[in-house]
Amino acid sequence: MYKLEARDIQLYYGQKHALKGISMAIKPNTVTAFIGPSGCGKSTFLRCFNRMNDLIDTCRIEGEILIDGRDIYKDRINVVDHRKKIGMVFQKPNPFPKSIFENVAYGLRINGITHKKFLEETVERSLRQAALWDEVKDDLKKSALALSGGQQQRLCIARTLAVEPSVILMDEPCSALDPISTAKVEELIHELKNKYTIVMVTHNMQQAARVSDRTAFFYLGELIEYDDTPTIFTNPAKEATQNYVTGRFG
Amino acid sequence: MFKDSLFKYFAIFCTSIGLIVLALLLFDIFSKGLTRIDWDFITNLPSRRPERAGILTALFGMMWIVTLTILIACPIGIAAAVYLEEYSSKNRFAKFIEINISNLAGVPSIIYGILGLEVFVRLLKLGNSVLAGSLTLSLLVLPVIIVATREAIKSVPNSLREASIGLGATPWQTIQRIVLPACFGSILTGIILAISRAVGETAPLIVVGALVYVPFVPQTPMDQFTVLPIQIFNWTSRPQHGFVVNAAAGIIILLLFVFLLNSIAIILRNRHNKRVKY
Repeated sequence: MYKLEARDIQLYYGQKHALKGISMAIKPNTVTAFIGPSGCGKSTFLRCFNRMNDLIDTCRIEGEILIDGRDIYKDRINVVDHRKKIGMVFQKPNPFPKSIFENVAYGLRINGITHKKFLEETVERSLRQAALWDEVKDDLKKSALALSGGQQQRLCIARTLAVEPSVILMDEPCSALDPISTAKVEELIHELKNKYTIVMVTHNMQQAARVSDRTAFFYLGELIEYDDTPTIFTNPAKEATQNYVTGRFG
Repeated sequence: MFKDSLFKYFAIFCTSIGLIVLALLLFDIFSKGLTRIDWDFITNLPSRRPERAGILTALFGMMWIVTLTILIACPIGIAAAVYLEEYSSKNRFAKFIEINISNLAGVPSIIYGILGLEVFVRLLKLGNSVLAGSLTLSLLVLPVIIVATREAIKSVPNSLREASIGLGATPWQTIQRIVLPACFGSILTGIILAISRAVGETAPLIVVGALVYVPFVPQTPMDQFTVLPIQIFNWTSRPQHGFVVNAAAGIIILLLFVFLLNSIAIILRNRHNKRVKY
């Protein structure tokens, strides 16, 4: 059974046809990388999985997106509950202007959880999972905005893990980070794979090659090729993919 | 070169005109009124005799009006701004409302007075009461509060909303826990500036029937009232010299009040800017 499935997704921003009939199936506990030049629709496609595109007034979407076999656009699904199962990490670290503790506890608090012990345990576990605990354990009351960019991004990952999603979407999670922080986040992704299904957008070919099991190449709103990562990088079926991964265009 | 320095001195001259006029005005008022201010002036009821007249009723009337105006205008204004920024889709209708609100902020206050007279005093039969006055002033400050709150809400980066929504928060939870706390300082600044404008308003309150002579302090929102600017206005139109002195003293008190409100607004804004950086 597939964790995520997209069937013939057509997406429009007003008049602009942004995604042209994309179908894809993603297995559980894998890392899938979306690559392609800017504006090719990979972030837009990623945002279909947690219905983030709903926030844009002019956006219209056709087709089916199935998560654990349920169509999240058709069934009378509760979008808010659904988003709790699909975590998202954004391009720019975006911690709330609150303390480190409150950032991680936010997802629990909005569910009405006030049990202090439980909150503390979850915050610690999430920060440990995100490999941030040792760096911040004495400063949990401090503002999250005082952390470095790399720490902020790992905090955002911890915040996502705290609500125990089954899928994590990452939209260029390392593009604002330095190489050392990037290495930490990549290592983290590798570990998280055991528990979660991860889908990430990246502009960094080496990163896609390093961390992902499967890679999808997008170009001008179409899914050009989707295959095992080694195949995409060493022996792609399409010439466009070959040109892109070898840096001849894009 | 000559033209450049000429323009520089011209600009300095223009700047100083404003400052000099203000300084003269302040000097005139302070030299006339400062010695008149004492505890009796603040606690005495109005009187025919200038040396026994005080501003107690006007001061309390002003407090009543300000408090009620805040209670009425703030919830409505903030809710309207939240709706316009966070819920309404950005279509023609929203644009239409937006332009209208901006225009309302520029409508002369006397017009609000006439509206208040017709709707609150006559139609709703509230009479010349504190409540009618507050409702009228609420209408006056509502556009200002809405515009200021919208600007504040706009300044909250979208990435924070996305983060909250992405964690499964409802739009209302996002507004309540993320958006409003993040821009609370700027909203408060806007409200205080709006209120300090309302404090100085005379015309609409005269139209809705604020009295110039009220021998008692308002006890309920349905009582008759007067406010400081009206008291001052009344004193300046009297022939006796003593009332002119009273008016100057009243102006000093009013200035202090507005100055205090504006200072609070500035302090809040600075503290907020220091605390929240994105």
